[in-house]
Amino acid sequence: MEKTVVLQLKNITKRFGSKVLANNNVSLDVYKGEILSILGENGCGKTTLMNMIAGIYYPDSGKILINGEEVIIRSPRDAFEHKIGMIHQHFKLIDIFTAAQNVALGIENEKYNLKSVNNRIKEMAQKYGFNINLDKKIYEMSVSEKQTVEILKVLYRGADILILDEPTAVLTPQEIRSLFNVLKAMKDDGKSIIIITHKLNEVMEISDRVTVLRKGEHIATVNTAQTSEKELTEMMVGEKIDLNINRTEPVDSKLRLSVSGLTVKKPDGYKVIDNVSFEAFGGEILGIAGIAGSGQKELLEAIAGLNSYDSGTLTYYHPKKDKPVSFYHKTYKRVMELANENAFKDNNGNDIDFKKLSKKEIKALVNEEKILFKEDEVIDLKDKSPREIRELGIRLSFVPEDRLGMGLVGSMDIVDNMMLRSYRKGKSLFLNRKIPSDLADRIISELEVNTPDSHTAVRKLSGGNVQKILVGREIASSPAILMTAYPVRGLDINSSYTIYNLLNEQKQKGVSVIFVGEDLDVLMALSDRILVLSGGKISGIVDARTTTKDEIGLLMVKSGKNEVTE
Amino acid sequence: MKKNKSIQKEPFVRIVKRDNIKLPKIILIYSIAIVGGLLLSGLISVLFSEKGIGDFFQSLFTGAFGSERKFWLLLQDTSLLLGTSMALLPAFKMKFWNLGGNGQILVSCLSAIACMFYLGGKVSDSVIILLMFFASVIAGALWAVIPAIFKAKFNTNESLFTLMMNYIATGLVSLCITIWVKSGSGVLAPIAYGNIPEIGNKYLLPIILFVLITVFMYIYLRSAKHGYEISVVGESINTAKYVGIKVDKVIIRTMLLSGAIAGLVGFILAGSINHTISTASANNMGFTGIMATWLASFNPLLIMLTSFFITFISKGMVEVRKTFMFTNDSISNIVVGIVYFAIIICSFFINYKLVFRKKEKEEIKK
Repeated sequence: MEKTVVLQLKNITKRFGSKVLANNNVSLDVYKGEILSILGENGCGKTTLMNMIAGIYYPDSGKILINGEEVIIRSPRDAFEHKIGMIHQHFKLIDIFTAAQNVALGIENEKYNLKSVNNRIKEMAQKYGFNINLDKKIYEMSVSEKQTVEILKVLYRGADILILDEPTAVLTPQEIRSLFNVLKAMKDDGKSIIIITHKLNEVMEISDRVTVLRKGEHIATVNTAQTSEKELTEMMVGEKIDLNINRTEPVDSKLRLSVSGLTVKKPDGYKVIDNVSFEAFGGEILGIAGIAGSGQKELLEAIAGLNSYDSGTLTYYHPKKDKPVSFYHKTYKRVMELANENAFKDNNGNDIDFKKLSKKEIKALVNEEKILFKEDEVIDLKDKSPREIRELGIRLSFVPEDRLGMGLVGSMDIVDNMMLRSYRKGKSLFLNRKIPSDLADRIISELEVNTPDSHTAVRKLSGGNVQKILVGREIASSPAILMTAYPVRGLDINSSYTIYNLLNEQKQKGVSVIFVGEDLDVLMALSDRILVLSGGKISGIVDARTTTKDEIGLLMVKSGKNEVTE
Repeated sequence: MKKNKSIQKEPFVRIVKRDNIKLPKIILIYSIAIVGGLLLSGLISVLFSEKGIGDFFQSLFTGAFGSERKFWLLLQDTSLLLGTSMALLPAFKMKFWNLGGNGQILVSCLSAIACMFYLGGKVSDSVIILLMFFASVIAGALWAVIPAIFKAKFNTNESLFTLMMNYIATGLVSLCITIWVKSGSGVLAPIAYGNIPEIGNKYLLPIILFVLITVFMYIYLRSAKHGYEISVVGESINTAKYVGIKVDKVIIRTMLLSGAIAGLVGFILAGSINHTISTASANNMGFTGIMATWLASFNPLLIMLTSFFITFISKGMVEVRKTFMFTNDSISNIVVGIVYFAIIICSFFINYKLVFRKKEKEEIKK
């Protein structure tokens, strides 16, 4: 088949400020009727490059040629005139409009006639195999339906070159498959499709050719058929790396957290978490899968004490067996309560008769660390604030999804961020920056954080480094439970594997790790068990070693059943 | 459809973010803005009168530095503005937009004057002064904490709330004046009791007091646990909750402090400077203070500079008005506005630069 070049980029360069060279001298050809993947790590300039074709940015230098003719694209409108349309990662739709209204929006030289719009969309939908209800309002739609509307919007404007920015990031495996079918149908119709992605298996599955970018530079463009995932990774990262996650068998599994019948309601009564029950054990990684917004965030926040919950119990098993009780986290009264519950033994494992001892004697024994717990201490987390949780000495660490908006303070330097968890310690009215400063230096060197110094605002660091700071801080308090929400989102491959390794290390230390993830391949490679959430309910708990992607995919969309299969 | 696509050119001007701007360049940009703003103001003043631009600058400086008394007044007013800014600063650091500085100063002023009015001659001056101190600090704190409680408990909009509190304060002052001044003139004559004794000269007390407050605030915000909590709450309420900071408590506590410092300004105004009160006693410092705080990007030490500059301009403009025989203050307000505006605009040029389209000739050369 003879190939016609429809789009050519010649020596495109784009800078942001004086430091960031987003694209350096990138040249690229796109043929008619092909699917081209733009592959690269986060921050390598994929989206910037595409935004210049779509008229969002303007290149500092270089040329864009369409059908051999040089064009100037200053706005998305110019791009449409050249039959280029881009589907952005964050959808740009009006929530209270229907699908058809959104498609018709902003088309100038045409009378507003929904009926004819409807008909034309239906034709297109049939041609490419879309499945869509045009009268449905956007706010009632799932992510995949919204994406369909975005694609229709672009097609309706007559685009021949479609750019999709990370289209699969938010879809289930089944939805990805139907998207790929649509893309293939469009390709057969002679459209040129550019997909921005960082997922290798998708690149191999869908595209005809792959362009790899690294640090703003064009590394290579190869035919998909003549390359391998391994080769592509090396091109992306620039060095050989080991992509194996070393999963060990869980050791010393002790119950750490038991969640039972947990229900969290929104102010309007909608149940974001609906009767969820599960258990998490030390020395294992419990993965949590689910479509974005299925209640992952609310579940973790409820456990961390950030949100109150309506019903259910959260029980924490404090790893105190054979450890002495202290007055550091407990009052004398509380110690006596526990004594009445027969929770203690002495150094030799015998019961202690507290009735024979005076208050003074008991205090002395506690201070000499001669009163030990018989079993792990059971603590009810009901209505405990994060501060109370800390004060009880509960070692519950949480790496939230929103790193700079919740886990860290962007404008503060690394040292001040280290203090967030610990600044309250001590009676002084003033801050002690010595210990956090040492911790910051330790994390910077141990996790190889790339920063000028420990007094740089964390906002100025790259995503991977921000995450290392956050995870480093949370691990530093030697947690018994470590909860992480999308810990590798936006991270490059090397940083991602650093984080996976850190989680595995924690697991081997006997920590109960809860890992909310979006990439099913990673979830399946890292976790011991995977809990699947669907619409706030648990639709299944599966063994990560034996499950399949399809099984998890189906559970993700299943309207929640609450029986727990283990 | 646009035709002749080939005629389209690249955009005429593009805005590019700067990074790593050097301090000398920042100072240069600010200097250009200030001098440019003053020049433009001068030209406008000249346009409306028969005097020249030289007269403008001359009277600007005589107004501020013309005599020893003027100089001391300049310092005293600077210190009052500095005090007000220190009251606003912790609130602003917390992103609690306290627009109620005027009201907080006014009620505390009123409380102090009430002590002077009712107790004057009945108990000794030192007792009155002590009572005035507590009355004004408590009144200021109260005026600030009411909106804070509503913000903390019901998430009401603090800007509107504090703003409304200003009007209530003004109303209270008019009411009290009507009650106290039997003649019906509406002007309360200075009260001779409860006047705070002078230190050195009569201007020095506020200057020392508010410089000390500035030092205190600098340390409080930088090194105290409270200050740290304020920054966290201001930066992200979610982070604050995540680490277990009681956000409500921090908001209320900080506004108590903010109001108490505004109360000190009121105390000084009543007891040391005016010995009387009018609805304009706060001299609009509640708003000018916002200017001073923002222009200094919330840095307590820089606020000393901005308060000085703002006071200098307004003092100088009073003199310009006299020399240029402007009968109302509208023109001088316009002029002051222009100078502020120039300074505000220049912060854009510190963060961004403009890149113009290269001329075609240059491109051909390339």
